[in-house]
Amino acid sequence: MSDATTDEPLVLGIESSCDETGVAFVRGTTLVGDALASSVDEHARFGGVVPEVASRAHLESMIPMLERASAEAGHRLDDVDAIAVTSGPGLAGALMVGVASAKALALCLDKPLYGVNHLAAHVCADVLDHGPLPEPTVALLVSGGHTNLLVVRDIASDVEELGSTIDDAAGEAYDKVARVLGLPYPGGPHIDRAARDGDPEAIAFPRGLTSRKDMERHRFDYSFSGLKTAVVRWVEARERAGEPVPVADVAASFSHAVADVLTRKAVLACTELGISDLQIGGGVTANTQLRELAEKRCAEAGIRLRVPRIRLCTDNGAMVAALGSQMVMRGLPPSDLALPADSSLPVASVQA
Amino acid sequence: MLLAIDTATQAVTVAVHDGATVVAEQAHTDTRRHTELLTPTIRDVLREAGLRPRDLSAVAVGVGPGPFTGLRVGIVTARTMGLALGVPVHGVCSLDALAHATFAAGQTRRFLVATDARRKEVYWAAYDVTDEGVRRTDGPDVARPAELPGHLRGLPTAGRGTELYPEALPHALPQLDVSAGALATFVTGALRRGESLLEPQPLYLRRPDAVPQAERTPVTP
Repeated sequence: MSDATTDEPLVLGIESSCDETGVAFVRGTTLVGDALASSVDEHARFGGVVPEVASRAHLESMIPMLERASAEAGHRLDDVDAIAVTSGPGLAGALMVGVASAKALALCLDKPLYGVNHLAAHVCADVLDHGPLPEPTVALLVSGGHTNLLVVRDIASDVEELGSTIDDAAGEAYDKVARVLGLPYPGGPHIDRAARDGDPEAIAFPRGLTSRKDMERHRFDYSFSGLKTAVVRWVEARERAGEPVPVADVAASFSHAVADVLTRKAVLACTELGISDLQIGGGVTANTQLRELAEKRCAEAGIRLRVPRIRLCTDNGAMVAALGSQMVMRGLPPSDLALPADSSLPVASVQA
Repeated sequence: MLLAIDTATQAVTVAVHDGATVVAEQAHTDTRRHTELLTPTIRDVLREAGLRPRDLSAVAVGVGPGPFTGLRVGIVTARTMGLALGVPVHGVCSLDALAHATFAAGQTRRFLVATDARRKEVYWAAYDVTDEGVRRTDGPDVARPAELPGHLRGLPTAGRGTELYPEALPHALPQLDVSAGALATFVTGALRRGESLLEPQPLYLRRPDAVPQAERTPVTP
């Protein structure tokens, strides 16, 4: 891949907030080089991401990914107009590897540095697939570490949180349910596959924070801990009774419960705020039922739905470069070279 | 022009060596903010030396052992600078760097280096002193200070281990943290003598403490 000379900025993006080391080049809103290394296989036997294992893998992958992205883009590091890096939220030790590398690049290449918010970057990823974001837009972000409902008035500077999970992220619930069903880690793809042969209405699993009282206090918040426990108890009751566990039906009904509450609240947010665009992102967006239910409900409500390709839904450097590019195009001042890694960076801080 | 950095102790230390002498050096001690401080300190040291990053011909970095998070900040910074500037990156055991500084300060007999490994342990190594310099005889390793053999604990000791565990390590030398200047001087000499240095690869000495998932236990009794 290579791009013609344009007035649009060429931005290098670095992502290292969890278990993916991503480096990418974006020209304006066009992805021109994208490299990704994952340590997911190293975490499998632990049943979840081990921060120290992830941090070690980032250190080993950072230079190879910089080289690969550079080769794929057909650009030297020197060619970039700015460096963007995820400065939070995420795993502290993992974030530090990317932030330190980005700062070294900014210093050596004498380029501006932009510390960007991981959640806003997820929302921004879709500009690479579908062009500039409609603003305002409601954004639903669902992954192994995050579940957030956002309203985005300006992707580079104005993101507000409407709600988020009060316990587990949706993706965590997938991992835990997969485990009880004897499916491998990470659970999402396996549950999705198993669910294809199941009946999503077979078992009425609970919908967290949807009672009338909860809708007053936690209107746009999510909860998946109770759902997870309900699934585990249901499966164990079957096992104790010596009955076979209908894995496909459990997977389909669980997935349906997750997709139902995610899309129900997202569409409600659009309707109540009078916003007719919904953007979905994050790794759980790969889930078939979530995509289908979102399409159906948005169509019914007259909401335009945007979902990027899966590769851009999971963590990657491209989304970070895309958000950095938006900041450069708006003429925002760069971050300080003393930029920290902030594991709990609030989503309202689009730039750190 | 050699840039030297070390983040294996609680100090963030940076120096530039011109082949003859250390021309600039800065350190921030007593900090856990390695990520924030390292690159601005490199910028400031280069400025003090009147240099731009492009004037550098090599980078040297302490590869530990040291607390992992800070250690990685130094190593990934050095590696990235090497890539961006197209210059070689050399690794040095951080305990050796502290030992060279101790020798340079006039230590004439065998000594121990013990730095904070957290979790009530120290990273340690023991050194013989010769006319030419120091030679590591034991370590690097990680241990509870009281569990080190008596003949090691009885040695004069450099590093923060003496501050943290004065009863186990009673003979404190004044060198507490790595000095990038001493590291740079050692690397410059080693390169001149044609000696090989380490890869810029961390000396972790400990595995990640994660436990593989056990069999599932029911949540309902």
